Amino acid sequence: MTDERARQLLSTINGVVVVDGGPPLTIYIEPAQYASVAAFVKETIGCQFFSFLSAVDWKADGLEVVTWVDNLADGLSVVLRTKLGAEGASCPSLVPVYRGANWMERECFDMFGIRFDGHPDLRRILLPDDWQGHPLLKSYAVDTPYPPYR
Amino acid sequence: MDVKVWKSIKDLQDYDEYRKRRPETGDKHSALFESVTEGIHSFPGGFAVTTVADDFLNWARKSSVWPVTFGLACCAIEMMATFASRFDVERLGMVPWASPRHSDLMIVSGTVTIKMAPMLERIYNQMPDPKWAVSMGSCSNSGGPFRHGYHVVKGVDRIIPVDVSVPGCPPPPESLLNGLLLLQEQISHFHQTGKRRDPNPKED
Repeated sequence: MTDERARQLLSTINGVVVVDGGPPLTIYIEPAQYASVAAFVKETIGCQFFSFLSAVDWKADGLEVVTWVDNLADGLSVVLRTKLGAEGASCPSLVPVYRGANWMERECFDMFGIRFDGHPDLRRILLPDDWQGHPLLKSYAVDTPYPPYR
Repeated sequence: MDVKVWKSIKDLQDYDEYRKRRPETGDKHSALFESVTEGIHSFPGGFAVTTVADDFLNWARKSSVWPVTFGLACCAIEMMATFASRFDVERLGMVPWASPRHSDLMIVSGTVTIKMAPMLERIYNQMPDPKWAVSMGSCSNSGGPFRHGYHVVKGVDRIIPVDVSVPGCPPPPESLLNGLLLLQEQISHFHQTGKRRDPNPKED
């Protein structure tokens, strides 16, 4: 699988926007198509390796989930980006497609408060269970107190 | 306890007030020991006995300060270098000991996160009185470079009482050694009843 062939295949799918330039090959997807396009990327393009998943807070433009998957055999990387709504938005889970997404999505929920629909075990992973708020959101104040230590 | 939001350097001015409000976790002596020493001290000529005994006990205390082996971050590397043969704190009577139950000193070496803070407090509470704490490095003094992180305790003195703060990021072994010598000097002025004197921010 070459970069050009992957671009061709992805641009045939309705609703997928392939960004010029790269590597990595970057595509924008609607949240509704997220899981199905990820399955396509895994099966057809051969990106078997789930590298990481994170999110970006664009303030007024809402949140954006960024997923990086790799085809290690052909040295091809695909970045899946999907725009969500404002804080507390939900996104389909990638756990049925990539098992490695489990803890990454928990971390993303922990830090950004994005709910992943269909995630088997959506709990906080790094912060204590009684933590209030999601600290990597731009709206989270730096000096938010956490009693009794701050 | 109501919580203050700490913002800038000016909250050092609130240090005193905060320290007064903190629940007392300091030294405790048995009431019997205290009443006996008070009795001897008030007896005519008894002060000679108590001051000599006091000096002797303080000499003993300061000559065998055992730090608990407790490293948090990169400062722990410098702490280990201090314990090792080149700087050799054993000549000062310090043996890094792997149990808080037998230790007198806690060197807080590194960033204290909010998640780690309960464990640190617990280890400190497991140490027998009298006990001392050295805050090593910028992180445990004030939060350091991570002060504006969401998960960092902005100074370990918000959790446990600190006797000596060693500046540096990280402090070299010489700095820590200097801090430990200062601590020994403090211990040699320990009060007769085993109480620490009140904090004086102008001097300390």
